[in-house]
Amino acid sequence: MKTPFNKKNKGPKKTLTVEQKISRRNFISFGTFFIAAGAAYGGWKWLYNSPEETATVTAGARAPLRRALNKTELAFRRVFSNNNLVKTYPKEMAAKNVRHNEDIGNEGKIEAAAWRLQVKKHSGEVLSISIDDIKALPKTDIVYDFKCVEGWDQISHWGGVKFSDFISHFKLDDQVKLQYVGLATPDKVYYVGIDMPSAMHPQTLLAYEVNEQPLPPKHGAPLRLIIPVKYGIKNLKRIGTMTFSDNRPPDYWAEQGYDYYSGL
Amino acid sequence: MLIYWANDEYSITLFGHTFFSFFPQGFYHAFNITHRLSEGMAFHFLFMWAFAINGLVYVLYTIISGEWRELVPQKKSFKEAWLVLLHDLHIRKMAPPQNKYNAAQRIAYTAIIVMGFGSLITGLAIYKPVQFYYLTWLCGGYHFARILHFALTIGYVFFFLIHIVQVILAGWNNFRSVISGFEVITVKDPEPITETPTPTTDENPVQ
Repeated sequence: MKTPFNKKNKGPKKTLTVEQKISRRNFISFGTFFIAAGAAYGGWKWLYNSPEETATVTAGARAPLRRALNKTELAFRRVFSNNNLVKTYPKEMAAKNVRHNEDIGNEGKIEAAAWRLQVKKHSGEVLSISIDDIKALPKTDIVYDFKCVEGWDQISHWGGVKFSDFISHFKLDDQVKLQYVGLATPDKVYYVGIDMPSAMHPQTLLAYEVNEQPLPPKHGAPLRLIIPVKYGIKNLKRIGTMTFSDNRPPDYWAEQGYDYYSGL
Repeated sequence: MLIYWANDEYSITLFGHTFFSFFPQGFYHAFNITHRLSEGMAFHFLFMWAFAINGLVYVLYTIISGEWRELVPQKKSFKEAWLVLLHDLHIRKMAPPQNKYNAAQRIAYTAIIVMGFGSLITGLAIYKPVQFYYLTWLCGGYHFARILHFALTIGYVFFFLIHIVQVILAGWNNFRSVISGFEVITVKDPEPITETPTPTTDENPVQ
């Protein structure tokens, strides 16, 4: 039994009735509930109405979401390794009718004999390389599942020169110490930026064949990028120029709200 | 959710005939989600962190607090869940006795954790299929992992709908207990036995 109420003792508070305790605890918990619900709603409103990022090399996304994309890229770059290879398939499994999505920067036809790959070194020196120079290098084939950012995927068979073989043959080893490689179509309408580890991945190809036939115009004749560690948007068709830089080169889809990295 | 709408992959097609298209063109227009893939992906790759971290914290909490004992199905749960279902559908009058959660709830609340884990694994399998090739293999390949990830998402929608309906049916007192953590049970006062009422003492603390 407790001692009855003592006037000298200021301490003990008046005991609450059950009803008071119920209402007090309801008040606290429902107050917390509504504040949390309001915060969640307000947070969503803030995010949804947040301003678009300032257009730089990336554009078109809400500023906080772009920050999240860039931070997420840093987190997932840690697991990137040249030892992680895309799954390959027997060539019988490759699609005969290779899917074709877009022709941005790849419209009309181009004269393969007149075409040159312009490799612009950081020093300003330009190499001009013909398709025959590239075809003279050791050929690598890959049959893998090509993945589009839209969600479709298709097993396809590509042939060409490994990007890393190309680099060492043309003595560009000092260039690949830079962090990015930029590729653009001859008309500069479509362009991509690739981080160097992805470009130097052993399965990245400068491709000139599909299903063991020369590339048709719609698949990027005479030379295109096949980079299995990226979504299709980075697999630029009809390469015109190649540049090297420590800054992120411009990227067509990153300017339209897509993740710059877009790695797989 | 915008992430799924860019490509009309989602249909049931047998022998070249499409029986059912999940998202006909009208769907896109009705929800104003044409050409919003990049936006959807940007939201997705932020909220994936929130979902994953929230799930992890929740699972850790149930383990540390011992609440998992109330949530994990028991041997009898699978038999009882059927009776709970019949009861909830007003086919059976009596529901089996339960503790904090009934058998059907135990199964549902554990299944949702398994589903969440499944979403995490299938998500990583399709997000970085080259870096996490072993997860992609585990999920039956890139294409199948995508289907699983999508099916799980539809599963959450059903869980949510049933959940909300059940909360409404369970009534106010149940909802209050969800928020405040205690339930109010009115017990009728027993008839006094002695003539003189006992002196009022402290109330029992509310559980």
